[in-house]
Amino acid sequence: MYLVKLYVTHKPSILDPQGEAIKKALHNLNHNSITSITQDKYFEIKIDANCKEDAEKVVKKSCEELLVNQNMETSHYEIKEV
Amino acid sequence: MKFAVISFPGSNCDNDLYYAIKDALGEQCDIVSSKTYNLDAYDGILIPGGFSFGDYLRSGAIAKLSPIMRAIKKAADDGKFIIGICNGFQILTEANLLPGSLIKNTNMQFVSSWEKVKVVNNKTMFTNNYKKDEIIKIPVAHGEGNYYCDQSTLKQLQENNQILFTYQDNPNGSVQDIAGITNKKGNVLGMMPHPERAVEDILGSKDGLKLFKSILNHKVRV
Repeated sequence: MYLVKLYVTHKPSILDPQGEAIKKALHNLNHNSITSITQDKYFEIKIDANCKEDAEKVVKKSCEELLVNQNMETSHYEIKEV
Repeated sequence: MKFAVISFPGSNCDNDLYYAIKDALGEQCDIVSSKTYNLDAYDGILIPGGFSFGDYLRSGAIAKLSPIMRAIKKAADDGKFIIGICNGFQILTEANLLPGSLIKNTNMQFVSSWEKVKVVNNKTMFTNNYKKDEIIKIPVAHGEGNYYCDQSTLKQLQENNQILFTYQDNPNGSVQDIAGITNKKGNVLGMMPHPERAVEDILGSKDGLKLFKSILNHKVRV
């Protein structure tokens, strides 16, 4: 069994209004040292695969087909056997 | 003509569209489940607004995997007309039947308002009943209606006259004030404003009805 920690983030060119709103709220709490914040997506995926390579194939295909919108998002992941 | 309105779990403008077609336009219309596999009986397909599959993951991302989408892609390839309104527009971009994406409004607010919309291209099957540069009044209601595409896609949209509608007072931050676009072939339209909510005077405007009449007009001329 493999555990994948997948991070899906906005491309830098895409405005993240949620992040901006959260930053403003934190500034209102006087956390003025915070210069930027983004709210992105985090997935934990368990995959029953024979080897790491097979598990990675499943992750990559899942990202292409559904989990990542190629127009506006980018992703990276960590994988380990559990 | 026979229209199909596709109902996904979470669609909530399907009845509005149904009555706009049946009562205001006077044409045949069925509400069709997104679990259906075949749309051969219909001349055109309408994908309504709402929150398909709760907008989980991203708006329209899960809806694009529904059984009906294969039939919608076939209909698009066959040259039938397809209109996605609001969530329908989001579904069409997620399914790659239209370029670009709809992202969160720049002002971080859900907008629900009457908008002045300009008919940029009136030489299409969806807009031939409007005058060029006509300003029409149509409502919007969305949190993720900010149309985004990269520069090369925008250039293609402009060069191929695929931009049909633009906002006068851009309510969501869309690139180039875009409110509605078609695919390159011109038979698939996506738009954030709701024409089905502007089909009778009692609703505040009937400017949306001309869009549906344009389709009939196009069919007659063909």
